[in-house]
Amino acid sequence: MAERAGAGLAPAAVKAAPATAGVRTGWRPSRTTVGWVAGGVLVIALVLATVLYDNRLPVGSAGFRTIVTMRLESVATIVVVAFCHGVGTVIFHTATGNRILTPSILGFDALYRLMQTSLVFVLGGTAVAATGGLGAVAVQTVLMVGFATLLYGWLFSGRRADLHVLLLVGVVLGMGFASVSTFMQRMLTPSEFDVLSARLFGNISGSDASYLPWAAAVCVAVGAVLWRRRHVLDVVALGRDVSTNLGLNHRREVLLLLVLVALLVSVSTTMVGPMTFFGFVVATLTYQVAGAATHARLLPLAALVGTCALLGAYFVLRHVFYAAGLVTVIIELVGGLIFLVHLLRKGLR
Amino acid sequence: MIRLADVSKSYGSVRALGPVDLDIPRGGITALVGPNGAGKSTMLTVVGRLLDPDTGQVHVGGLDVVTARSKDLAKVLAVLRQENHFVTRLTVRQLVSFGRFPHSGGRLTAEDHAKVDDALEFLDLAPLAARFLDELSGGQRQRAYVAMVLAQDTDYLLLDEPLNNLDVRHAVSMMKQLRRAADELGRTVVIVIHDVNFAAAYADHVVMMVDGGVHLAGPPSEVITSEVLTEVFRTPVDVLEHHGRPLAVYYR
Repeated sequence: MAERAGAGLAPAAVKAAPATAGVRTGWRPSRTTVGWVAGGVLVIALVLATVLYDNRLPVGSAGFRTIVTMRLESVATIVVVAFCHGVGTVIFHTATGNRILTPSILGFDALYRLMQTSLVFVLGGTAVAATGGLGAVAVQTVLMVGFATLLYGWLFSGRRADLHVLLLVGVVLGMGFASVSTFMQRMLTPSEFDVLSARLFGNISGSDASYLPWAAAVCVAVGAVLWRRRHVLDVVALGRDVSTNLGLNHRREVLLLLVLVALLVSVSTTMVGPMTFFGFVVATLTYQVAGAATHARLLPLAALVGTCALLGAYFVLRHVFYAAGLVTVIIELVGGLIFLVHLLRKGLR
Repeated sequence: MIRLADVSKSYGSVRALGPVDLDIPRGGITALVGPNGAGKSTMLTVVGRLLDPDTGQVHVGGLDVVTARSKDLAKVLAVLRQENHFVTRLTVRQLVSFGRFPHSGGRLTAEDHAKVDDALEFLDLAPLAARFLDELSGGQRQRAYVAMVLAQDTDYLLLDEPLNNLDVRHAVSMMKQLRRAADELGRTVVIVIHDVNFAAAYADHVVMMVDGGVHLAGPPSEVITSEVLTEVFRTPVDVLEHHGRPLAVYYR
């Protein structure tokens, strides 16, 4: 049903495109333009609502400004996280040639947890706490990106890249990483465990704002690289054989994409902790809305859809249900359900 | 010209191809025929650099397909496999436009658009250009894939079983279109084909393959003979003459 709805939308969107190129009789925006404007307005409305709603201090007072600043930090965190998951999952789908797997389902998150735990385990809690800050985060990110690239690059290149095998290997690896982490956590002292937990269970409101500029910079850089290569991404999505025929070094392109995915996932996980199904939900929604779209439309749309979904959930949970800490949990619950339904309806395609 | 020298390929301990030494002349249609598992598709994919050979060298139009840059090769040879499944939902025009990627890098110029239109026109796809691939019949989709590699504007066109899943009418019109591509556009077309009679009726050269090697290569009248076919397919085959071309009869 959902698929059919997408099919209905798409031809209209495509037909609308040439209308802008032709001679206009009066001002009639194309459906695409309307979509972008509506999405933009929705995001702005959500941002304003999140920042300004239920601020009981007098407007302009110091307290008012403090609250607005804190909320703005949350909004910025949400935008960064939505970008990482939305765009990261879309390019992961492009690189792997399927629209079921996500980096998290294949254990990128579990890998992050394992690395954090190993750091505390090997170096000790005090050392890790003392070396906290940007330098340590940067080193961790580099390690994570390197390891994920090696592991998944090896998995996805080569001829054994059968989807079922991959899914199985990914899930088993993820479980393995998680068990090893749990094992090491059992042997930590309570204070070390405390240091570790603070890193593993991030949430949106509790995110460390000092990482924000760096995370945003990484997102902008990755976004710029992807935007420059958007036509190449369209070709990569056609699969190994067709893209080789069209003159791409498919293996190299896929590796590059996997590096960028690892980068985005580690940035997001550092900021708010792991989210398994959020990227999947955003990407699936994006494909439905975009119809037959090229990456020039998919990439910005994924960021937009992700931001809307996360901001909406955050606003509703924080101001309607007073349960802001649950945002990631709810997203996972809904996302997991959608993932299951999608899997059961469409199979492993 | 396509030149294979000492080319072989094994899957595990099973040798699928070779060693093969073969020259495929420039121009016209060359058909690779032979029984199942003879290495026809393997040879085509090796020549199309989708598969690296274990030994030997392949030159297409002077370029070594293993060492030359993929980007340069994409302007010389186009290869299309049997199975094509895309995750992206594409219209026919979008698909055919991808054929221009090696030339334009994705930013289509007026010339690219003209080539795409030509390819659509050539395969009678113009009325279907705005349709999505998953809304087409098997035959129409097959034509759309061929239109993509045609739009690539390469001298060499390698197609793996382009008649797969086509009924008689569509198979005949596909072969006529490939014939026109060879005659009117001067392309060198190499196809893997199961039906020896299509090879006999349309090809200029026939390469008969058996057990990963080249059994015989030459014009249809020399390769499609009763003795050769009976031996290669291990089935009694009569060869008649029909409109000056051989016609194999093997139904009983």
